[in-house]
Amino acid sequence: MNVGLFGIENVNIWVDAFIRLQLIVVLMTVVVMGLIYGERKIIGRFQRRLGPMRTGPFGILQSLADALKLVGKEDLRPRGADPWVFELAVYFVFVPVFMAFVAVPFAFDWNVRVLELGLFYVVAISSINIVGWVMAGWASDNRYAMLGALRAAAQGISYELPLILSLIAVSMVVSTDAGRGSLDLGVIVAEQGHIPYIVWQPLAFAIFYVAMLAELNRTPFDIPVGESEVVGGPFVEYSGIRWSMFFLAEYAGLFILALVAAAVFLGGWAWPLGEELGTVWQLLLTAGKALLLIFSVFWVRVTMPRMRIDQLMGFSWKVLLPMSFALILVNGLILVYDWPDVVLLASNIVGLIALYLIVDRGITQRRVRPPARAGAATTA
Amino acid sequence: MTQPPPVLENEFETEDIFVNMGPQHPSTHGVFRMVLTIDGELITDVTPYLGYMHRGAEKLCETMDYRQGIGYMDRTEYLANFNAELSYVMAVEQLAELEVPERATWIRMILCELNRLSSHFMFLGAFGTDVGVFGTAFVYGFKNREIIQDLFEEVTGDRLMFAYFRAGGLAWEVPDNFETRVREVLRDSREGLQELDGLMTQNEIFRARTEGVGVITAEDAIDWGTSGPTLRASGVPMDIRRDEPYLFYDQVDFDVITGDHGDVFDRFYGRIREASESIKIIEQCLERLEPGPIVPDRLPRMLRTPAGEVYTRTEAPRGEYGIYLVSKGGNRPHRLKIRSACLSNLQALRDMTIGGYVADAVVILGSLDIVLCEVDR
Repeated sequence: MNVGLFGIENVNIWVDAFIRLQLIVVLMTVVVMGLIYGERKIIGRFQRRLGPMRTGPFGILQSLADALKLVGKEDLRPRGADPWVFELAVYFVFVPVFMAFVAVPFAFDWNVRVLELGLFYVVAISSINIVGWVMAGWASDNRYAMLGALRAAAQGISYELPLILSLIAVSMVVSTDAGRGSLDLGVIVAEQGHIPYIVWQPLAFAIFYVAMLAELNRTPFDIPVGESEVVGGPFVEYSGIRWSMFFLAEYAGLFILALVAAAVFLGGWAWPLGEELGTVWQLLLTAGKALLLIFSVFWVRVTMPRMRIDQLMGFSWKVLLPMSFALILVNGLILVYDWPDVVLLASNIVGLIALYLIVDRGITQRRVRPPARAGAATTA
Repeated sequence: MTQPPPVLENEFETEDIFVNMGPQHPSTHGVFRMVLTIDGELITDVTPYLGYMHRGAEKLCETMDYRQGIGYMDRTEYLANFNAELSYVMAVEQLAELEVPERATWIRMILCELNRLSSHFMFLGAFGTDVGVFGTAFVYGFKNREIIQDLFEEVTGDRLMFAYFRAGGLAWEVPDNFETRVREVLRDSREGLQELDGLMTQNEIFRARTEGVGVITAEDAIDWGTSGPTLRASGVPMDIRRDEPYLFYDQVDFDVITGDHGDVFDRFYGRIREASESIKIIEQCLERLEPGPIVPDRLPRMLRTPAGEVYTRTEAPRGEYGIYLVSKGGNRPHRLKIRSACLSNLQALRDMTIGGYVADAVVILGSLDIVLCEVDR
C-alpha cells in the first residue's frame, strides 16, 4: 500500500516515519495558527469589527505573535495541584489529536499511513482526550475546573456515541469489491466519485455535525469551557505553553473532524462529476471541503447561545442516540434485503423530518410556564 | 424554579460543594459575589455578598451643595445617569419650590427615555453574553448604545458623568440640531432593536435557556420590593410614569409592558418591548418641543432650601429610583437616602435561583440587570 516518501523508493522505515510525523506536526501548527487567525477574522466580520489588523498586513501575524507571547509566559502551577497529573494532562489531550492524523487522508495516497481500519482508528484515538480533560480538571485544585471536567466527561461520552454510530451508518453501506462495508477512509472516498454520501445519508451527516460540535466543545455545546459560567473550565489554572497546547489540540481536533467529515460525507478529494484530478487539485478540494465545514462551525459559534447541561444530555440520549440506532437498523435492513440506494435517501429524509419534529416539539412545547399571577394567561 | 429538583436517592455519601462566584467572575456584572452551594449541577443554596463597591455616596452628598450632588447621582447609576439625576433634582425642586420651564421638562423626558433605551441596549448585549452568545449580542448592543452615547456627548459634553440637569432646569441649551439628531438616533435604535430581537428572541436555544427559568410569582416579587421590568415581568402593571406621573408623562401615550410568567424570558422580552415604548414616548415629546427658557427666571446663584423632607421617585430603567432628602435649611442636604432599584431586585435572587442549575444562576443574575454601583452606592 505504501509508496515511498514523495515517490522515493527504499527509504529506511524509521526515517520515513520520522519525516512524515515531522511534516504532520509542522503542518498542524501552521494550520492551527491559520485557523485561529481565520476564526478571529470571520467572527470579527460577523460582529461588525475588523478582527486583528495590527500585526503584519491585515494582522496575519497575529497568531504568531500570540504563540510567541504564550511561549514566553510563566508556566504556573497552583500550590494545591497534583503535580504529575496536572502536567501529564496536557499530553493526554495533545498527543491523541496528533496521532489521529496518521490515518486522515488528504488526497489519493497522501496520508501518513493507509489503515484498513482508518475510520475506527481516528475515532478511537481522538476520544482519548476526554481523559486529559478530566485529569486537568481534577488535578487543578479548582472548583470551576472540576465542574468543567465533569461536564466535559459527561458530554464527551454522551456525544461520542452518536458520532461513532453516524459514521458506522455510512461505512456499512460503502460498496467495495469484496461486498459492502469498509472502514478504510480511502475506500470510502473512492466510492463517492459521483455522488457524495451527504446526498444519500443526510440524516447521518446531521447527527455527525451536531455530535462533532459537542465533541469539540464548540458553541452551542461549549458547556465545559463556558466562559460566563465556569470561566474556561478545566484549563482555568493553566498558563503559558501548557495552555497553548490545549488550545492547539482544540483546533487540531476541529481540523481532523472536519477532514473526516469531508472524507466520509463530502467525498474528500473526489470531484462530484467523477473526473480524476491531479494531486494538487485533490489536496485543495479536501482542504476546501474541510474549511467549508469549519467556517460553518465558526458561524454557529457567533450566533448560538450555550445550552444547559441537562438539555445537552437529554438531546444526546433521548434524540440523537435513538435516531442513530434507527438509522443503523434501516441501513442494515437495506443491506440484508438488497434494496436499491433510493431507499437510503428516502429513509434519511423521513428521519430528518422526524428529527426536526422532535427537536421542534421538544424545544417549544415541553416547557412548563405557569403564570406568575393567578388568572393570567397560561401560554406564551 | 417551576419544578422541584429531582430527589436523588444516594447510595453513597455525597457532599455539597461551595462554589464562590465573584467578586471577580466574568458574569457577575461587577464586584458582586455569590456563594453557590451545589449538589452536582443543581443549586441548593445561594448566599449573596454585597458591599464591595460601597463608597458612601449618600454621606458624601451631605457634604456637597445641591448642585455638586447632581454629579454624584451619575456615579451611583452609571447606566441611567439622567434618570438618577432627575430623581435628585426633582427632590431639590420640591423642597425649594422651583417651577421648571416647559421646554426643560420635555428635554428632560427625551433624555431620560433615551437613557432608558441605551441602558436596555446594554442589558440586551450583556445578557447575550450571559446566555453564551460569543460576543455577537454584546457588540450589537454596544453599537446601538454608542449611537445614543454620541448624542449625549453632543448635548452634555461628557460621555458618562453628564451632570446636565440642574435644580430648576438644565445646565445649558441643547445643540441646534438636537431634534434631527434625536430622530436619527431613534431610527437607528429601532433597527438595532430588530436586530437584537432577531438574534436572540427568535433563537430556540435562547428560549430553551430562558423560558421557565428563574420564576418569581407576583406575590413574592411584591414582597421582596422589586420594581421596574423585574416586577412587571411577573404580571404586576406597576410603572411610576403612569401611576404617579412626573414630568409630562401624563400627557404622552404609552403602554405599560407586563409579562405573564415572571421568568427570565419575560424579563428579557419585556425590556425589548419597553425600549420600543420609549421610542414612542420620545417621538411624542419631539412633537411638543418648543423654543423657550430652560431655567426659571429667578434662579439664585446659591440654591438654599427651607427645612423639610421629601421623597421623590422616578421610573429608572431598572425600577424605582428614589431619593429621600431631609433638609434643615441651608445649601446642602442634611440627610440623603437613595432607594436603589437594583438592591431590592437583587433580594429576590435567592428565591429565583434555588433549585436551578449553575448555568441558570448566571442567566438569572443577568436578567436582573444589576448595576453594582447602584446596589452598593
